Amino acid sequence: MSKETLDLVHQKLNEHVHGAIISAELNFNFPSFTVQHDRVHAVLKFLKEDADLNFHFLTDLTGMQTTDEKHLGVIYHLHNMQRNMRVRIKTFFDINKPEVPTATDLWDGANWMERETYDFFGVRFKGHPDLRRILNVDEMDIYPLRKEYPLEDQTRDDKDDYKFGR
Amino acid sequence: MAGKDELIKRTKIEIAKTPEGIEGPGFFATKVDEVIGVARANSLWPLPFATSCCGIEFMATMASHYDLARFGMERLSFSPRQADLLMVMGTIAKKMGPTLRQVYEQMAEPRWVLCVGACASSGGIFDTYSVLQGIDRIIPVDVYVPGCPPRPEQIIDGILKIQELAKNESGRRRNSPEYKRLLQSYGIE
Repeated sequence: MSKETLDLVHQKLNEHVHGAIISAELNFNFPSFTVQHDRVHAVLKFLKEDADLNFHFLTDLTGMQTTDEKHLGVIYHLHNMQRNMRVRIKTFFDINKPEVPTATDLWDGANWMERETYDFFGVRFKGHPDLRRILNVDEMDIYPLRKEYPLEDQTRDDKDDYKFGR
Repeated sequence: MAGKDELIKRTKIEIAKTPEGIEGPGFFATKVDEVIGVARANSLWPLPFATSCCGIEFMATMASHYDLARFGMERLSFSPRQADLLMVMGTIAKKMGPTLRQVYEQMAEPRWVLCVGACASSGGIFDTYSVLQGIDRIIPVDVYVPGCPPRPEQIIDGILKIQELAKNESGRRRNSPEYKRLLQSYGIE
């Protein structure tokens, strides 16, 4: 089933959204596509609005950082409940220019998920109606899930070496 | 009188001890501070601020088996305005900090704070950007109960320590310059 989904979506995307796909693969039996970040909105729009594919549900939208720490990514999980097809769309872009078009015009549910991704990774979703932090305190001046920022609270001192004779 | 004493002995009821004083036929003289101390200590109204697993232990403490009501705490006050004791139990995220502080500021004097568990006391295992590393960074704390989470016995021990503080507190303490300085160091008026 997954292989068929992969082939079907791959073929359709090649036909209708030219040159957007960088790679297509089956990860753990889950079809996943890497697309160019300036074309991602066209891809999502097509996947949602094509009568045959009809990926009408955005299961998840999240961010990531590549291991070379120079790129950020946004990952979309789409679901067609009628045919039980799922697909994953990934897109990567430079960490110094973290901009992707918003998906809120396609799915209202993308609103909070994009705010969360902005909160934790600093991805700016162009066209988002209300892009501000959602989970962290408003005064926070870092994007905590980026690798350049330490996970630990920097003001804590009870774990300092001298307190353990080190 | 003998009948009453006999009843108390038989049912193992412990009555709060009378403060030291001079007793005679028809009169009893003692210090106001001590009478008020006994009254306060045995009728604390706690406000439970339970955010995680320590809150579950508190529920056990409050329930019939451990029965916190034995210590004059039958009535939980879910409004800070009528509470004497703020019990903070559980991880306090940085985003929760201002809320906790507001709750504390709404409590009337005299007020005590019991900090239950490792998370509330120091951040505990959550040494991370999103968690407040100890509530004593935003409000003054009277008694810390260690443990992750502490057993109900430990929470009761903390309560007894708070009662001891309430019993022995001078009536002037809340107006003293030391206390004002303490609040000022937290930026609380």
